[in-house]
Amino acid sequence: MHSFSTARIVLVALGVVVVASFLPLGVSGYILGLLTVAYYFGVFAMAWDLLFGFAGEVNFGPTFLIGTGAYTAGILDNLYQPPIWLCVAAGALAAVAGGVVLALPALRVRGPYFGLTTLVAVLMLQNFVVVDAHLTGGEIGLTVPDVITISDAANYEIALWFMAVSGAILFSLSRSPVGLILQASGQDAVQAAALGFNVTKHKLAAFIISAFFSGLAGALMAFYLSSASVGTFVDITVGVQIIIAAVIGGRRTILGGVLGAVFLIAMSELLRPLGDLSNFVVFAMALVVVLLFPSGFFGLLTRSKEPS
Amino acid sequence: MTERAHLEVDGLTKRFGGLVAVKSMGFSVSAGEILGLIGPNGSGKSTVMKLIMGIERPDAGSVRINGTEVAGWPSHRIARMGAGIVFQHSRPLHRQTVLENIKLALLPDKLTRLFADPRTDERARAIAARVGLSGVLDRRPATLPFADLRKIEIAKAIARNPPVLLIDEPFAGLTLSETAAFSDLICELRDDGRAVLLVDHNVKSVARLVDRVLAMYVGERIAEGTADEVMRNETVRRVYLGGSIETAARPESSFGDRTTPFLEVDNVGVQYGKAQALQSVSIHVHAGEFVSVVGLNGAGKTTLFNAISGLLPYSGEIRREGASLRGQTAAAIARGGIVQCSEGRNLFTDMTVRENLDLGGQHLPAAESADQIGWLFDLFPILRERQKQAAGTLSGGEQQMLTIARALMMKPKLLILDEPTLGLAPVILEQIAKALERLRQTTAITVLLGEQNVTFALPHADRVYVLEHARIVWEGEPAKFAAGAGTGYL
Repeated sequence: MHSFSTARIVLVALGVVVVASFLPLGVSGYILGLLTVAYYFGVFAMAWDLLFGFAGEVNFGPTFLIGTGAYTAGILDNLYQPPIWLCVAAGALAAVAGGVVLALPALRVRGPYFGLTTLVAVLMLQNFVVVDAHLTGGEIGLTVPDVITISDAANYEIALWFMAVSGAILFSLSRSPVGLILQASGQDAVQAAALGFNVTKHKLAAFIISAFFSGLAGALMAFYLSSASVGTFVDITVGVQIIIAAVIGGRRTILGGVLGAVFLIAMSELLRPLGDLSNFVVFAMALVVVLLFPSGFFGLLTRSKEPS
Repeated sequence: MTERAHLEVDGLTKRFGGLVAVKSMGFSVSAGEILGLIGPNGSGKSTVMKLIMGIERPDAGSVRINGTEVAGWPSHRIARMGAGIVFQHSRPLHRQTVLENIKLALLPDKLTRLFADPRTDERARAIAARVGLSGVLDRRPATLPFADLRKIEIAKAIARNPPVLLIDEPFAGLTLSETAAFSDLICELRDDGRAVLLVDHNVKSVARLVDRVLAMYVGERIAEGTADEVMRNETVRRVYLGGSIETAARPESSFGDRTTPFLEVDNVGVQYGKAQALQSVSIHVHAGEFVSVVGLNGAGKTTLFNAISGLLPYSGEIRREGASLRGQTAAAIARGGIVQCSEGRNLFTDMTVRENLDLGGQHLPAAESADQIGWLFDLFPILRERQKQAAGTLSGGEQQMLTIARALMMKPKLLILDEPTLGLAPVILEQIAKALERLRQTTAITVLLGEQNVTFALPHADRVYVLEHARIVWEGEPAKFAAGAGTGYL
């Protein structure tokens, strides 16, 4: 029953990605641009869900990892202009390094304190960006001189397939034996340890994987936007949006994060005529989803197919 | 199998702050042997189990599994060394099937294992068959009866084939026939050549199963031997039955409200999900009477009190002075004068003693509140000395006194005390006992006390009920307790 529904989810997801890859044939560049950002956001949300939904750790600082990736790639490009792939790889590695530095002490504390530690990390990064303006561009933002491509369609396809591959990796990880151990560690660390599992090792691994994909997506998105700023990559509200995307998409589903991200971006676009009120309405809708459908969009979609 | 004992514990000690939870415990369990570790609530038996499993770090002492010293190791390494534990509460993964839950326990502790070994499935099925879960392999845990959830826990614990098996309260929440089936399973596991440590409250519940029993009280060993020997042991009898107790019971006929007692609990039942927590329980308390409900941990005392306080849905009828309490909120019942001092002590730990008391007297006029505090300080002199101290910095006994004092600030008509002796040293018990005695002699207060410590529960009581496995099994005068209910209680 379970494996059947897993196969079905994979098939449907693959179908959706293939259909989405033909969108540039009939959709305006503007919409492609929105979707490109939404796909990167989807990766942020999926990476976050691995940590929260499976390892059970609430990371309030996804933007610490994302921002580290984006700024590392951007600064490197500014200073030395190495090949872009090198900048992106450096961004991902910097996020992993930052993640380990953060996780080692943070995983020693429990419950709300882990979340608080990650929150403080975001504030520290934000401060660093603002203070070290000569390196980071400060509050104005950092201009990233190189771009991967200027074609909307090509950027769109890069984001789409990057998201698809990331999603495939994260999803299969979540359904693998390691994902099972992670879930057990997240739900009952004492029992998981008593079954012989090194809980800290597994949680640290989840943190590293989450950091890798966050940093990678952050770096790619910086090259797409040709800029990095606190408001797009680091600010706490960005982190909150990622968390909302993951939760309304469906906790513990990985793939739900993409649904949530697309929903959030589409909604704020559709409601743009409302001006400042649009964010309020989007957040209110998110609140309703969280309260009424705690299993999220993904839960709603798969429920009928999955007899319990 | 070697001649050597599988599990050897020596000089094991654990302190929590000033409290010595386990004091220099030593015992061994050989291959093919079941040792029962018993003791009343707070005696430290669960801590011993956690120390063996590495869930808590011992302060001193040694734990050897098959001769390897594992004291102080992290839990997962001790598990891999050959110890398995069956927790009292089952917390399976709810999104996974029973089979997947068992498979989890068979997985290696490796990050690189992205595909399960194909033999895992076969082994998981074999384990399921052994514990009797074959019929429900594809079900989710939430759809299973309670006994099956316990079987999942056993299946997980034996998945790695551990030579040492620790089982916490194996029969809690099970029916008689389920208990029998579980006993057979545990015996089979012993006959495989495992060393089994059973932790439970009393000898009776494990007597049929164990080869030897070790009894603990406040962190120390008090007796060891066969089940019969331990049951006959004087110290054990004193701990469980209170030895020779002086009682001062007033006859039931001396209370004025004989026809309609102050509180009547009539045929009350409570269900926790799948477990029956109370079953047709009927008790009554007269105005001014001191009634003790005696029962071991898990017997249903707290459930009974929570039902009276309106914190739980129940079947049957609870009446106060003849009028039904059904439909009243917990707050309304408390304001009406039925005040419960819960086991957890629920003090505001960051507030001072005085502030905690003031809070309890919120509804009283200022002058009356001050009078009441004065009276309470006479009743518990230590609280007067400590009144500016934060409640969290008090010792366990002082916190218990403060909890009782705070409840008395509400001028209750009926005071419900749920296990006030939990985790307290005997000296402190005496102080609280004295205060209760003065309370009983100098005021007209009605008290309903829930206790497993008989020494504490009997001396003040006018009448005693014994609660066992969700049912009232005995009612009578405290003086007749040892003769009437004693053997069943050990």
